[in-house]
Amino acid sequence: MTWEEIVPLLGPATLETAQMVGWSAVFTLLFGLPLGVALVAFDRDGLRPLLALRSGLGFVVNVGRSLPFIVLMIAIIPFTRLVVGTTIGTAAFVVPLTVGAVPFYARLVETALREVGADVVQAAQAMGASRTTIVRKVLLPEALPGLVAGLTVTVVALIGYSAMAGTLGGGGLGDLAVRYGYQRFETSLMIVTVVLLLIIVQLLQSLGDAVARRLSHK
Amino acid sequence: MIQACGLRKNYGTTVALDGVDLHVREGEIYGVLGRSGAGKSTLLRCVNLLERPTAGTVRVAGQDLTALGDAELNRARQRIGMIHQHFALLSSRTVAGNVSFPLEAMGVPRAERERRVGELLELVGLGGRGKDRPHQLSGGQKQRVGIARALAGNPSVLLSDEATSALDPATTESVLGLLKRLNAELGLTILLITHEMNVVKSVCDSVAIMSGGRIEESGTIADLVRTPDSRLTREIFPLPEPAPAGSVTLTFTGDPGRPGASQPVVSDVVRKFDVDLSILGGSIEELSAGAVGRLRVALDGQERSAALAYLRDSGLIVEVAGEAA
Repeated sequence: MTWEEIVPLLGPATLETAQMVGWSAVFTLLFGLPLGVALVAFDRDGLRPLLALRSGLGFVVNVGRSLPFIVLMIAIIPFTRLVVGTTIGTAAFVVPLTVGAVPFYARLVETALREVGADVVQAAQAMGASRTTIVRKVLLPEALPGLVAGLTVTVVALIGYSAMAGTLGGGGLGDLAVRYGYQRFETSLMIVTVVLLLIIVQLLQSLGDAVARRLSHK
Repeated sequence: MIQACGLRKNYGTTVALDGVDLHVREGEIYGVLGRSGAGKSTLLRCVNLLERPTAGTVRVAGQDLTALGDAELNRARQRIGMIHQHFALLSSRTVAGNVSFPLEAMGVPRAERERRVGELLELVGLGGRGKDRPHQLSGGQKQRVGIARALAGNPSVLLSDEATSALDPATTESVLGLLKRLNAELGLTILLITHEMNVVKSVCDSVAIMSGGRIEESGTIADLVRTPDSRLTREIFPLPEPAPAGSVTLTFTGDPGRPGASQPVVSDVVRKFDVDLSILGGSIEELSAGAVGRLRVALDGQERSAALAYLRDSGLIVEVAGEAA
C-alpha cells in the first residue's frame, strides 16, 4: 500500500481508538476511583471497617481481573446490549473496556492510597476531620501522583485491549492492523500502525510521568 | 483537665495498658516518661480516642469522650491539639494549607481561615513561610507548623507524641521553649510523652513514669524530687548503688525557704564541726522546680552525729546508708 492509501485509513482509525480509550478512561476513573477508595476505607485498618462488604468488593474485583479480556468482552455482551442498546461499534466497545479496566484501576488506586502514611491519616482524625473530609482532603490529594501514574498505566492497557475491538466491529488502530496487516498481508500498513501505537503510548506515558512528577512534593 | 480512670487496652492477648489512672491539672505540663513499649503512646492515643480503650473512661475538659458518638467526638477532638513525632504534615499542601486544614474540617469560612493561619504562623515564628512546602523546611520548622496546626481550633489541651524525638538537641530545646511559652501565654494544658529525661527535666511540672503498661510513679516534679527514693530522683541524679555503708546522701530540694544546691551548707558543716568530709559523687540540675541536687559524701569524725543533725536542720534531706532515713 502507498501512503496515499494508508493515510485515509489511519485518520478515522486513530480517532476511533481515541474515542474508545478516552471514554472508557473517563468511565474507569468514575467507577474505579470510588471502588479503590472503598477497598481501602472498608478494610480492617481502614476509616470505616466493614469487612463483609470489603471482601465482597475484593472478590468482584478479583473476578474482573482474572478473566482474559476477550472472554470478558464476550461474556458481558448481554450487559453491553442493556447499556448501549447494541453490541457492535465503537460505543458498544466502551462498555467491555470499562468493565475490564475498572477492577484493574481500582487495585492501582488501592495501592496508591495505601502509600499515604498512616500517621497523616491519624493526624487528620485527631484534628476531628470527618471520614469524607479525610478521603477528599487527605487521602486523594496525598495519593494524587500515584493516582495519575496508575491512570497512565490503565490508559496504556486500554489501548492494548482496544485492539480487540475489531472482534465486535469496533474499529480503531488495532482492528486496522488485524484486517489489513494480518489478514491481507499489507506489511507496510502493519508497520505504520505499530509505529503509530508505539508513539502514542510513549507520549502518553511521558505525559503521565511528567504530570505525576509535577504533582509530587516529597 | 484530663482525667483518665482505669484505662485498659488489650491487643489480642497483649496488654498495652494495664489499669492506668491519669490526672492532668489545668495549665500544667505533664510528662509521661517511659521506654518504648511501656504503653505511653497507647495512653496518649487513648486520651483523644485514636485508640478506643478496652475499659475505662477518659474525660477531657469535663467531657466523657468514651461516651460520645462519631460526630460529637470529632467536635471534641477539634478542641484537643496533637503534635506528632514525624510531624504528619500533608505534603500535598503548603505550610499555610496545612495549618488551614483543621479550620476547614471545622467549617471556618475562608476569610476567617486566612486571618487565623497568618496569626498562628506568626505565633510559632514562621510568619512569611506560608507559601513554602513542608519538604523545604527543617525538622524544627516542620514541628512548628505541626504546633500551629494543633493550635488552630483554640484547644484547651495539647497532646505531644514524642514531638522532639526526631530533632537534634538544639532544635529540641527551641521547640520545648515554644511549648513552654504557649503554656504560659495561652494557659495551654500540655500532656506529652517522651523517652527523654531531658524533656521532663526542662519543661514538665508533673510526671508519670510508665513501665509495662502501668504508671509506676506519678506526681509533681517538686514532690518527687523531695522523695529521695523515688524513681525520678534516682534517674535524674544517678549515684552509684548501693551506697557504701555509712555514707551520707544529701538531697537539696530547691524549695523556697530551704537551702538551694548553690548555698554553702557543706562548707558550713566542715567549718562548724570537727568532721572530715569527702565527696563521693553528686549532681545538680536546674529543673523547672528550681535548682535541685543530690550529693553523696563520706562524713567522719568525732562530731559526725551533730553535723548530721545540723544538715537536717538546714533543710536538706539526709540519708545515711545502712540506717532508716
